[in-house]
Amino acid sequence: MPSMFSANELVCERGERLLFSNLGFDLSGGEALLVGGGNGRGKTSLLRILCGLSAPAAGTVRWRGEAIGRTRERYAREMAYLGHANGIKDDLSPMENLRIAAALNGRALDVAAATAALERIGLSRCLDLPARVLSFGQRRRVALAGLMTAGALLWILDEPLTGLDVEGVALVERMIRDHVVAGGLAVMTTHQPMTLDGLTPQTLSVGT
Amino acid sequence: MLRFLFTVVRRDVLLAARRRGDWLTAQFFFVIVVSMFPLGIGPEPGMLRTIGPGVVWVAALLASLLSLDRLFADDYRDGSLEQAMLSPCPMALLTLGKAIAHWVINGIPLLLIAPLLGIQFNLPAAALWILVLSLAIGTPILSLLGSIGAALTLGLRGGGALVTLLIMPLYVPALIFGAGAVEGVLSGSGSEAHLSLLGAFLVLSLLLAPWVSAMALKVSVE
Repeated sequence: MPSMFSANELVCERGERLLFSNLGFDLSGGEALLVGGGNGRGKTSLLRILCGLSAPAAGTVRWRGEAIGRTRERYAREMAYLGHANGIKDDLSPMENLRIAAALNGRALDVAAATAALERIGLSRCLDLPARVLSFGQRRRVALAGLMTAGALLWILDEPLTGLDVEGVALVERMIRDHVVAGGLAVMTTHQPMTLDGLTPQTLSVGT
Repeated sequence: MLRFLFTVVRRDVLLAARRRGDWLTAQFFFVIVVSMFPLGIGPEPGMLRTIGPGVVWVAALLASLLSLDRLFADDYRDGSLEQAMLSPCPMALLTLGKAIAHWVINGIPLLLIAPLLGIQFNLPAAALWILVLSLAIGTPILSLLGSIGAALTLGLRGGGALVTLLIMPLYVPALIFGAGAVEGVLSGSGSEAHLSLLGAFLVLSLLLAPWVSAMALKVSVE
């Protein structure tokens, strides 16, 4: 299978400090990559470079064979990023959050589709509450519902399991597995053990 | 593209409507600062009429600055700015939309209150109209240029004070032509020249400010 998403010889510096160097991987459709490494080793920095929010000190990230800086518009359409921060506005309801986020990404999301995603993620009781009153884990779930509705081929997930209860973790693991089995790609970091039935993700360890 | 712009504006206006306390602070600030001057200087009609246009304009600058440091900061904190930056639409449209929303939320109310405040300064009706007109052309400039400062100081500690230092000098032309237009009416020399220059300045900032603040945003978020 041809490589869809690859990086080679990535170098990341923060100030004077070298976080990592010579990092690379090669993913094709239906593959996942699990990024490991202790706290402060640069996992989040790596993911931010991969999604194009920051530029590496050296090296390139390629999507469908082209550097992501050059194919920005297409890459943005096909990639979804979930960072430490959920990207949820406290004053909007989960429903409004999803629909506005979709519109900002140039997609229309109707109420039925948004409701279905929120119900699937276990938020059917708080569709119209402001996100402010939701718990940490529930807000994380809203962000994950946004990921489901984004229809992206590549998922870049920074600690997707934080703040979720046991049932939530199982739900997200199943979600990621289904996505990858259906031919999608996923790059993620996690400190918790993650079980993706019948799927062995590539691993990459960050740190000098 | 236009839909993206419209979504950005609508979203920010909706958020402001949900947080009316934050939004009203800047408006009250404007009213109170302007009202302090007649109280402090005394009821001398000639004097008030001379300083009136300048006072209203300076208060408008300060009121606009007051709300600027939150322009990107709230979205930055909760991560929605990152998400918006990863959108396929150009980032300059995001910053333009943010500036337009800032103007709708903070600029338009100023236009509506300004004539009432002008009366405190004994401004004649003709001058009041020009005051509103000059603010209508001038306040978008404040929002556009202000978005550059807000983007540059994003994530810095004490960013609010820094925005003031960075942006106030850029506001000077708007202040001179805006207050000058009203003074032109009062002195009988006419206001067209000042208003045309103010309009030219608006066009210039409309063309440049979104790009510059998009670039600044990229650097700040990295």
